[in-house]
Amino acid sequence: MNYNWNWGIFFQTSPDGVHTYLETLLLGTGWTLATALAAWCLALTFGSLVGVARTTPYPWLARFGQAYVELFRNIPLLVQMFLWYFVLPEVLPVHVGDWLKQLPDASFYTAVVALGFYTSARVAEQVRAGILSLARGQQMAALALGLTQPQSYLYVLLPMAYRIILPPLTSEFLNCIKNSSVALTIGLMELTARARAMQEMSFQVFEAFTAATVIYIVINIAVTYGMRWIERYAAVPGLLGAPPPVATH
Amino acid sequence: MFSNFDFDVIIRSLPYLFYDGMTFTLTLTALATIGGIIFGTLLALMRLSGLAPLSLPAAGYVNLMRSVPLVLMIFWFYFLVPFIGQWITGASRPIQVGAFMSSLVTFTLFEAAYFSEIMRAGIQSVARGQVGAAQALGMTYVQTMSYIVLPQAFRNMMPVLLTQTIILFQDTSLVYVLSITDFLGAASKIAQRDGRLVEMYLFAAVVYFIISFAASLLVRRLQSRIAIIR
Repeated sequence: MNYNWNWGIFFQTSPDGVHTYLETLLLGTGWTLATALAAWCLALTFGSLVGVARTTPYPWLARFGQAYVELFRNIPLLVQMFLWYFVLPEVLPVHVGDWLKQLPDASFYTAVVALGFYTSARVAEQVRAGILSLARGQQMAALALGLTQPQSYLYVLLPMAYRIILPPLTSEFLNCIKNSSVALTIGLMELTARARAMQEMSFQVFEAFTAATVIYIVINIAVTYGMRWIERYAAVPGLLGAPPPVATH
Repeated sequence: MFSNFDFDVIIRSLPYLFYDGMTFTLTLTALATIGGIIFGTLLALMRLSGLAPLSLPAAGYVNLMRSVPLVLMIFWFYFLVPFIGQWITGASRPIQVGAFMSSLVTFTLFEAAYFSEIMRAGIQSVARGQVGAAQALGMTYVQTMSYIVLPQAFRNMMPVLLTQTIILFQDTSLVYVLSITDFLGAASKIAQRDGRLVEMYLFAAVVYFIISFAASLLVRRLQSRIAIIR
């Protein structure tokens, strides 16, 4: 191996003249987390709405939900980013398109919207699976008690469904963090982009990518442990592990 | 919206898009799937072997690959593969490998982690009595795995493996970050040369959608067809 290792590179000033290379990576981590969290809020909102729509008894709503999921699941995230970033401003009325293009941090907002909708299709599938895993009697009982249909979702079905699908939602959130790296293609300076920039400026390829890898692993472990704590707290008693005992006469 | 939509640019670039671009995308998808399933199955067998020197490295590898974004791994291997080639062949300087080799190695090694998790679930879905029966018949470990367990594991997991292949097909678009001419790369080059971003990116999205959607419908049909009636 004729590669010159130089771990001290992290404490040298980067070409922006203000921050050290380590600080630029941490700034990138901030953008990664901001993008992933904002996109996750969007994904949870739309994912829940679409997931609920797919379980309602109205065929047109269920079909709309299915079309939504297929649309966002069958186009690569990178292509979706390009559609939001390059295509949307062109097909909108000229003044709206120009306003979009001149927006400060346009790549951040675009990344949030693209990643949010992309993830929402996956969240919708989980929410639907969670609602369908509940006994039919739950909704019947809610309706029999005089709750309206929206109320039955809001107070009975969704609170249970969320607690059941928490583990798969955790891995969707981890995917959301990792997928935010695709936004470097539209110019968002998140963690992977900063590592790439550091490699181009300093020629210390492996130090830059090692640091980014370590940061991603730390984020992963932190989220996994945090969510495991929440999962324990939110677990439905008597549901996890063994199936509920069958009543016999 | 379609008033100045230039369909002609799409038609003119069809040969380039499909002959140069889509060939790369599909070849990469196919080879990375085969390599990923082989390596992933080995990883799964290592993980389930019950021997710590085998299972710990396999688990570490899978968890490492699964916690890092694919884009970062593409960059990693783009710079790492020449050094690995130098190390294997004992050459005096890093070996220049083409963009295709580099991305093939990346996708094989990266997707192997995901295929390994699928195969692990598949192997664990085989009833314990099957292994016991094979051993009672005097089969060795290799025979048990290759004649009894793995065929059933593959059959049980076929729909999931194919779904993962569709994801892999979509993921190959990320070689864009290395300026490789895959399908999206070809579309993007024409888009920038002719200033036709709207047409080319919409067309690329439609093509990706049609292929992925059709493939997922086929997987669903296959799933109902090969399901073992128990």
